[in-house]
Amino acid sequence: MAESKRVERPLSPFMIGQYYRPQITSISSILTRITGNALAVSAILAVWWLMAATGTPEHFEAVNWFMTSFIGDVIFTLTTLGIWYHYLAGMRHLYFDSGRGLELETAEKLGIACMIGSVVLTLLTIIIV
Amino acid sequence: MVQFSLPKNSKIRVGKTWPKPADGKNVRKFQIYRWEPEDGENPRVDTYFVDLDKCGPMVLDVLIKIKNEIDPTLTFRRSCREGICGSCAMNIDGRNTLACIFGIDEIKTDVVKIYPLPHMPVVKDLIPDLTHFYAQHASIMPWLETKTNRPEKEWRQSIEDRKKLDGLYECVMCASCSTSCPSYWWNSDEYLGPAALLHAYRWIIDSRDEATGERLDQLEDPFKLYRCHTIMNCTKTCPKGLNPAKSIAEIKKMMVNRHV
Repeated sequence: MAESKRVERPLSPFMIGQYYRPQITSISSILTRITGNALAVSAILAVWWLMAATGTPEHFEAVNWFMTSFIGDVIFTLTTLGIWYHYLAGMRHLYFDSGRGLELETAEKLGIACMIGSVVLTLLTIIIV
Repeated sequence: MVQFSLPKNSKIRVGKTWPKPADGKNVRKFQIYRWEPEDGENPRVDTYFVDLDKCGPMVLDVLIKIKNEIDPTLTFRRSCREGICGSCAMNIDGRNTLACIFGIDEIKTDVVKIYPLPHMPVVKDLIPDLTHFYAQHASIMPWLETKTNRPEKEWRQSIEDRKKLDGLYECVMCASCSTSCPSYWWNSDEYLGPAALLHAYRWIIDSRDEATGERLDQLEDPFKLYRCHTIMNCTKTCPKGLNPAKSIAEIKKMMVNRHV
């Protein structure tokens, strides 16, 4: 190549969904990330609720109204789902880190188990609590 | 840097639609990524129609037929056509695999989409630049390191020790696994990726190798090894049916064990 001019090479497409097929492997991982981040936000809300309980009754009344409203119910139901999923996925990863469950079929079954398990446990939580 | 969309110069345009064969009962539509380094334009996706009754069974057969009969400018790597050279790795129907051993009948969607390996700089059309990928492989010292004096004949190994290399030595360095890994997409400047780490493990557990400590020292790094989050896209996509995720987990275990 005597006089090759420098070209800006494009980046090949990669995005999951649009270009890379979503698989149990990647979806279970992304859900772990999403639930982890969402739980951090939920935790702030829960702390806000607790902090309001230490303040004036009017202030607590207002915060408590929001938390027990329909929107609050939706948020905390999703939080419960997030807690269960994140917990189960964490267990799955601990199992992985011990060098076990890393055959593809097993790993995929465990991934599906985390998803189904979190829904079942959330329903149980709602029924019991 | 974590990117969720393509940079400006990489956005994909609608390309040319090439003519359909006049007759033929088993015509299938193929959409193929094209990028021409000379014309200064963005990449595009061209549409081709191939009569599968007049074509071999594999995706590579389709690409060769297109190049021979429809569009000679279509560019891709290929050599052995039997899954042993690793040249024709590409993203077919949303997963990375070798075009030569991936049957067209395995693709359930109407339109077959073919792209280069994901999140790599493109040299032309379906050819990614693998320079960095190969440099990472070289960095793990992919050879036998010994300290004792050379034996008179070969370095011997028991049958059991040799068996430990099964599932590792078969890797053809096609880069399908590394380019399927989201962690590699976003951290490949420092994270070695599943292929290089599988090779690292292959030498770490070789009974004849005498540099295990040095090899582990070299990998003990938050990025080189620990950017693996056990997503397992690598194992899912490996066209040779190997399990890089398992190799990486074994290295992580060895790291812990040598500290206790």
